Amino acid sequence: MSWRKCAALVLLALFGASVLPLQGLLEREGAAAHFHKTTLSLDLRERIGQAGFLAALSGFRSPLAALLWIEAHTAWENTEWGRMAGLFETVTRLQPRSLTYWDMAAWHMAWNASTAAMQNEKQPSEALRIRAQRGYFQLGRDFLERGILNNPDRHQLYLQLGILLRDKFEDHCAAAEAFLKAAEFPDAPPYVERFAGYEMAKCPGREREAYEHLRRLYEQGENQRLPSLVNLLREMENKLDIPAEGRVE
Amino acid sequence: MKVSGATLAIGVNTFTELVRQKVFFFLLIFALLMIANSAFMAKLSFQEQFQMLKDISLGAMAVFSSLIAILATANFLPKDMEDRTIYTLLAKPVPRHIYLLGKLLGIIALLGAAILLMSALFLAVLWFRESGVLAETRASMEGAPPEEIALAIKEVTDATFNANLMPGIAMIFIKAALLASLTLFLSAFATSSIFTILMATALYFIGHLQATAREYWLAGIDVEWWSRLLAAAVALLFPDLQAFNLTDDIIAGTAIPLALFLNTAALGALYICVYFALAALVFSGREL
Repeated sequence: MSWRKCAALVLLALFGASVLPLQGLLEREGAAAHFHKTTLSLDLRERIGQAGFLAALSGFRSPLAALLWIEAHTAWENTEWGRMAGLFETVTRLQPRSLTYWDMAAWHMAWNASTAAMQNEKQPSEALRIRAQRGYFQLGRDFLERGILNNPDRHQLYLQLGILLRDKFEDHCAAAEAFLKAAEFPDAPPYVERFAGYEMAKCPGREREAYEHLRRLYEQGENQRLPSLVNLLREMENKLDIPAEGRVE
Repeated sequence: MKVSGATLAIGVNTFTELVRQKVFFFLLIFALLMIANSAFMAKLSFQEQFQMLKDISLGAMAVFSSLIAILATANFLPKDMEDRTIYTLLAKPVPRHIYLLGKLLGIIALLGAAILLMSALFLAVLWFRESGVLAETRASMEGAPPEEIALAIKEVTDATFNANLMPGIAMIFIKAALLASLTLFLSAFATSSIFTILMATALYFIGHLQATAREYWLAGIDVEWWSRLLAAAVALLFPDLQAFNLTDDIIAGTAIPLALFLNTAALGALYICVYFALAALVFSGREL
């Protein structure tokens, strides 16, 4: 090997050593901005196969996730719920920052798969149908909760979790908490605060807090004074014995 | 002045030569991919449609640009030697490093043009799909309160274009230019284009594991000495290509801070310069 080639390799190693601090800085900056959250584990390798794993390692996570999502869509058309759940698991692991994947995975499980489980004619036992339905509700909830862990900086999944807890679990206290979390974000739509108030009103022990919350929204102006909000406020004023002079018009 | 004129002439010539080799035909495949994607997507919700479109388009952009970078760079030196143009060029007062710089700039210009064309196509399809979804949304919400319509429209526009896609596309370009520079360095050693292509492809995969090797080495885990030595060699000799993979998260909606973008771009520029300098060093002593 000529001295030039040796010198090139030595210089390359020296350059590699000199950029280590910059690489470390980029890694920290990336982590702080929620980049590179995907962990490519052996379990994931088993799910996506050798070629898929290689593609994911080489910076093609998003197209791979898109292709698997299309496969999941085909599974949905064939009502293969178990296969869908497995594919959703893989897609969300590949693209943990994609809200669409978490949201749609949860929706398919908690709404579509659960309804299909309840209407399953092959299962004569109603108890087992209900059990399967609840299993899918829980699967949907798991997707949203894990989605939130990966996206704590965005409101959308808190909102969807609130809707799921309200409509499927009928857990109004937990739903109120989820809506309140979503409402903390400045870009959350204005109806989220109303949803939080409605759920709080149904949560035992939080009626007074709910009234104050809804009253505050009412004071914000016409935009918030929807019939459902005004009716609920009136109902609560009766329930909480609010003096006549303090009641809404 | 003479030197920059020679660089420019070689660069323009390289660019023209690559265009004549019908490199841009890959755009047809890219366009077909877009059309096929759009046809399939009609079945999906608009959030899914836009997510798929961005995932597949930017993924295809990354694949095509990496392929062009490796193949075009690996090919030029053996080709110039085969048809003997290199001898005519170097017989004139053109230093070897200027010849390499001109070639690299020509390839980088080609990468820039290819990525610009693909971006324009991608943005046009995105805009077209967005217009369709917006028209459907407006039609289905006719008579609804203006605030509700505004919210629904915002939901659609939020799912389509966001300014963050631009730094994501810029990052694809920087990574491709880095690959071109790395392949140039390899071809300065190599005697055939096959060797360069194979080595560059291998380095592409190793480069994506460099961060893992670096972490393994620097964490000081108690392992065999040779295992740590190997990790150190990978960390020091190979580029950290994973650092440039910001597009996956950008597509998913993660906002890229300016400092992170600038620092990553600076690291990319540094890699390009260093690989070029090393290529020039090795090539200056090469027997032709």
